[in-house]
Amino acid sequence: MRPPSPSIPEKEFLFSALKQSLRLDGRLPLEMRSPTITFGPDLGWVECALGKTRVLAQVEAKMVKPAPERPFEGTITIHSEISPMASSEYEPGRPSDEEVTITRMLDKVLKRSDAVDKESLCILAGQRVWHIRLTLHFLADAGNMLDCACLAGITALRHFRRPDVEVVGDEVIVHSPLDRAPVPLAIHHTPFCFTFAFFPDITTPPVLDPNQLEQRLSAGLVSIALNAQKEICVLQKLGGVPLETEEVLTLVNVAVGKAKELHGFLDTQLREDWVGRKVEVR
Amino acid sequence: MSVVLPGEEVPAQHVNLKLGPGLLQVPGVGSSGRESTVISTRAGILNHSANRSKWWVESNSRRYVPAPQESVVGVITQRLGEGYRVDVGAAHYASLDSLAFEGASKRNKPNLKVGCLVYARVSLAHKDMEPELECFDAQTRKSEGFGELKGGFVVRCGLKTCLDLLDTKHFLLPLLGGRFPLEVAVGLNGRVWVNAKEIKQIVAIARCIEAVDPDGGGLDAKGVKTLLETLDV
Repeated sequence: MRPPSPSIPEKEFLFSALKQSLRLDGRLPLEMRSPTITFGPDLGWVECALGKTRVLAQVEAKMVKPAPERPFEGTITIHSEISPMASSEYEPGRPSDEEVTITRMLDKVLKRSDAVDKESLCILAGQRVWHIRLTLHFLADAGNMLDCACLAGITALRHFRRPDVEVVGDEVIVHSPLDRAPVPLAIHHTPFCFTFAFFPDITTPPVLDPNQLEQRLSAGLVSIALNAQKEICVLQKLGGVPLETEEVLTLVNVAVGKAKELHGFLDTQLREDWVGRKVEVR
Repeated sequence: MSVVLPGEEVPAQHVNLKLGPGLLQVPGVGSSGRESTVISTRAGILNHSANRSKWWVESNSRRYVPAPQESVVGVITQRLGEGYRVDVGAAHYASLDSLAFEGASKRNKPNLKVGCLVYARVSLAHKDMEPELECFDAQTRKSEGFGELKGGFVVRCGLKTCLDLLDTKHFLLPLLGGRFPLEVAVGLNGRVWVNAKEIKQIVAIARCIEAVDPDGGGLDAKGVKTLLETLDV
């Protein structure tokens, strides 16, 4: 059952609070909820939380025959389905508009931005390539699932290690992780997604990382995907709020700052996890 | 204090037995050899009144199941000819008759819009029927605080937190009330309507309630006090 839109008092309160630059969780308008990243026992198993929004990402690799038109490239597929587990709003089998938007954005941010080097996934030209499968489970929806899913996805791809392979003639030997250390994927860059919400009243400042109520009551959303090197991958604007060029540029500048912060945070988290995994053999 | 799991037999036995939420009487001989047995339908802590006539199970949950005589905060979703459909956060919408208000008559009915908030009491909750609400005390026909809620904001929290807030011994509302005047309507369906003079104060109440909720950290009185210090109200 789709829940009804927020009640009139809630709507009025949110708008008048935002006019005074007050947000319900005490954040500043351009402040993100600080992300929490939890690594699972397996490499490539990552749970990412932004406040109460939680997304689980998992990466698997298997060997397949490449597509005939691209014999030197591996493939990446992203599977994401919003189940009713996230919120009673979502129904199984029937994708909502929001789900379609999220799926398309994930495809653009994680796959088409060439974050993962596809040619390095080739094992034996035209015969064997790696097929990377990224599965995203949306565990809880408290607004802005897109940013959370992008962060979980890219973290999982960077956390993942595939088994080392050796090619002798036409034969492919797969080394077990106990034999040889698994190798990380070749990642060109780390894109992050930032979503800004705009409200019907143009004097209200835009907010970064909207929570569920803010997202529902927003008149438009702008999602910017970029990496810490200031390279914009995707800029998407939904909803009919007119924006000046200046405003868009301000948002991009904000996103650049946040991307640098997030990049540093992610690097430390990955490093800490990697150090914790080392087992000394005597 | 004892913990029960769903399906567990409960030693509830009294001439005038009253079962609260989470308990179900089933006919047939159980292990005790009596005519009917009482089993629990949810996991939680089993409680009973001093004379062992009233039994209930206390547990936390996020999904509301309507039960008679519980007060709820609902949102009007549809206007019908003789009443309203109200979303109370349960699996089905509840119906609210337009005559179920204080002083309402055929000629003088309340005028509620879609999206309005109401504070109401569940008058009928049967598992096979749509729940029904009313906004007055059935005996006195006075509003007793029920009716439309104007302004303010709705905070969502776990059902256990709602029950706790209704307890007069709970620290949170007296603590907040000591700092600034506020209005609260606690619905047992996991929604708490709050109102205060300033927006900043409403935000502070909302954040405190969310902080007390087990999902949001489960702070105690000391923790809430330190949180309030940082909020500048």
